[in-house]
Amino acid sequence: MMLLSVSIGVAAVVLLTGVGEGARRYVTGEFAALGTHLIIVLPGKSETAGAGGTGTIIGATARDLTLDDAMAIERSARIARVAPLVVGSGNASWREREREITVLGTTTTMLDIQHWALQLGRFLPASDMDIATPVCVLGSVVRDEFFGNTSPLGQWLRIGDTRCRVIGVLAQGGITGPFNTDELVILPVASAQQLFNAPGVFRIFAEAVTQEAMEPARRDIIEIVKARHQGEEDITVVTQDAVLSTFESIFGMITIGLAGIAAISLIVAGVLIMNVMLVAVSQRTKEIGLLRALGAKQRHIVALFLTEAVYLSFLGALLGLILGNVGSTLMTLAFPFLDFTAPTWAMTAAVGIAVTSGLLFSILPARRAARLDPVLALAGR
Amino acid sequence: MIRLENICRDFQVGDQAVHALDHVDLEIQPGEYISVMGPSGSGKSTLLNLLGLLDKPTSGNYWLNDADVSSLDDDALAEQRQQNIGFIFQSFHLIPRLNALENAELSMLLAGAPVAARRERAREVLESVGLATRLHHRPDQLSGGERQRVAIGRAIVMKPGLLLADEPTGNLDSRSGEEVIEILEKLNRDGISLMVVTHNREIGRRARRHLTLHDGKIVRDQGTAS
Repeated sequence: MMLLSVSIGVAAVVLLTGVGEGARRYVTGEFAALGTHLIIVLPGKSETAGAGGTGTIIGATARDLTLDDAMAIERSARIARVAPLVVGSGNASWREREREITVLGTTTTMLDIQHWALQLGRFLPASDMDIATPVCVLGSVVRDEFFGNTSPLGQWLRIGDTRCRVIGVLAQGGITGPFNTDELVILPVASAQQLFNAPGVFRIFAEAVTQEAMEPARRDIIEIVKARHQGEEDITVVTQDAVLSTFESIFGMITIGLAGIAAISLIVAGVLIMNVMLVAVSQRTKEIGLLRALGAKQRHIVALFLTEAVYLSFLGALLGLILGNVGSTLMTLAFPFLDFTAPTWAMTAAVGIAVTSGLLFSILPARRAARLDPVLALAGR
Repeated sequence: MIRLENICRDFQVGDQAVHALDHVDLEIQPGEYISVMGPSGSGKSTLLNLLGLLDKPTSGNYWLNDADVSSLDDDALAEQRQQNIGFIFQSFHLIPRLNALENAELSMLLAGAPVAARRERAREVLESVGLATRLHHRPDQLSGGERQRVAIGRAIVMKPGLLLADEPTGNLDSRSGEEVIEILEKLNRDGISLMVVTHNREIGRRARRHLTLHDGKIVRDQGTAS
C-alpha cells in the first residue's frame, strides 16, 4: 500500500518531467533545425534590434549591404555558409494569367539554411552570387495558381521585364521564418537585383560553423562589414539565441510546474505513509511493549519506525523509478519523434522527496509508538 | 536486592480511584524463589509491572540494588530493565518474523552489543534451555513449550538478577509447563531471583516463599528467606 503510493508518486514525477522535457527538447530541436547557428545581418544600426528583424525600422542614412559584403562574410572561418536575400514584389504572368507576387532573390545555400524542401525539380543552381541566371523556383500556391495540375518545369514565367525558366517547386511549407514560402517566386540574387534595379541586399543570412562559434562569428561579421564600410558600424546582427533561450525558459518552467504537480502527489503519498505507519503502530503495539520491556528506550522505538519508513519509501521510490522509466520508454517508442526520458535531476528529486516525505510523515506515528505505556502496550491495548 | 517501601499504585477507573497496590512493603534477597498468588484483580500483575519497572508507583519508594529507582526517567528505567530484569509472559511475546536466535538476541541488540557477541550468547542461552536444534526456527514452527523456552532464553540473555514470570505456564499443557518451570527453577538454583505470578496452586507451592495478595495488600508472606 505504502510502497504503491510512493512508487506511483515517483513514477508520476518521472513521467511528467519526462513529458515536459520531451516537449522542450522537441521544440528546441525544431528550432535548432531552423538554424540555431543562424545569424541575420541587417543593414543599418538599430539600437533596439528585436529578435525577429523584419519589423525593425532602419535608419534612412544606412549604407546598403551588398553582395560583396556577403562574399566577404562567407570567407570568415567561423561562418559555414551565407545566403544573401533580396525581397521585392513584381508582376508575374504566364500566358493569360497574371498576379502580383513576392519575389525573393537569394542563392542556392538558402535551401539548407531555411530547411526548405522541394516538391519538384531543383533549387537555384550553385554559382557565384553575382551571376544572374534566368531561372526561378516557385512556391506551391504560385505553382497551383499559374499551372494548375500541369508541370511548370521548363515553362517561362514573366516577372516584370524579365523572363525566367521554372526549374523547381518548393514543397508546401506554410510560414517558415519571415516568409510564406507557398506564395513566393525565388530568383538568383543577381537576377532579382537586376529586376528591382537595386544593388542593395535586404538581409544576409549566415550560419556559424558551430553553436559555440556563434558569438565570435557575430563579432567577425561586424568587424568584416565595418572594415568594408570605412570603419562605420552600420549593420545590425541578430541571432536566434535570444528567441531560443526564451523558449528554453518557458519550457523549463512548464517542466518545473509538472514536476511540482507530481511532487504534490508525493506529499499525498506522505499522508498515506502516515496512515500506514499509524496502522503499523497499532498492529505492533505488543511488539513495542515487548521491546520496551527488553530495555528499548523511546528513541529506539522512534528510530525503528523511522528506519522502516525510510526503507519502505526508498523501496517504493526505486519501484516508481523503474515504473516511470518503463512508462517513458514505452511513450518514446509510441512517439518516436519525442524523447520522454526524465532528466536526472527530476529522478533524484523524486526519490529525495519520497524519502523525505516518508520520513517526515512517520515522525508522528513513531513518536506515538514511543510514548505508548509499556504495560498497556504489552497487554495489547 | 529489592526493597519496596510503602508502595501505592492507584488507577482511575471512571471517577473512582482503584488502589491496585495499597501500601505495600516488600524485600527480596538475591536468589529467592517467590510465588505470587491471589484472586484476579488483587494486584499481582501491577506488583510485577512495578517490580519490572514497566510501571511507576503513585507513591512510595523502590530500591533496586541500593539505588532509588522510583524517580528515574523513562530512558533510565529502560536501562535498568535491560540490565537487571528479565520478563517472561503468559503469551510468550515472541516476534513472529524473527527466528529463535534473533528473538533471543533482541535485548543485546537494543543494548548495542556487536553481532558476533550477540550470536554467541544467544546460541549459548538457547542451548541451555534445550533448543540447540531449534535455533533457526521461527515461532510458528515451534511448539508452545519451545516458544516459552525461547522467551526464557531472551529473558536471561543479558544475565539479569531478577526474573519476573507472569503466568509462564498459563498457555501450556501440563507437560510443557512442567519443563518450563524446571528450567526456571534451574536458573534460580544458579543464583537468579525468580518471581512467578500464577493461579496454579501446584506451581505456586513449589516456590520457597509464597506471597498472597488481596485487594492490593500482601495478606500472607510465608517462607521468608532468613
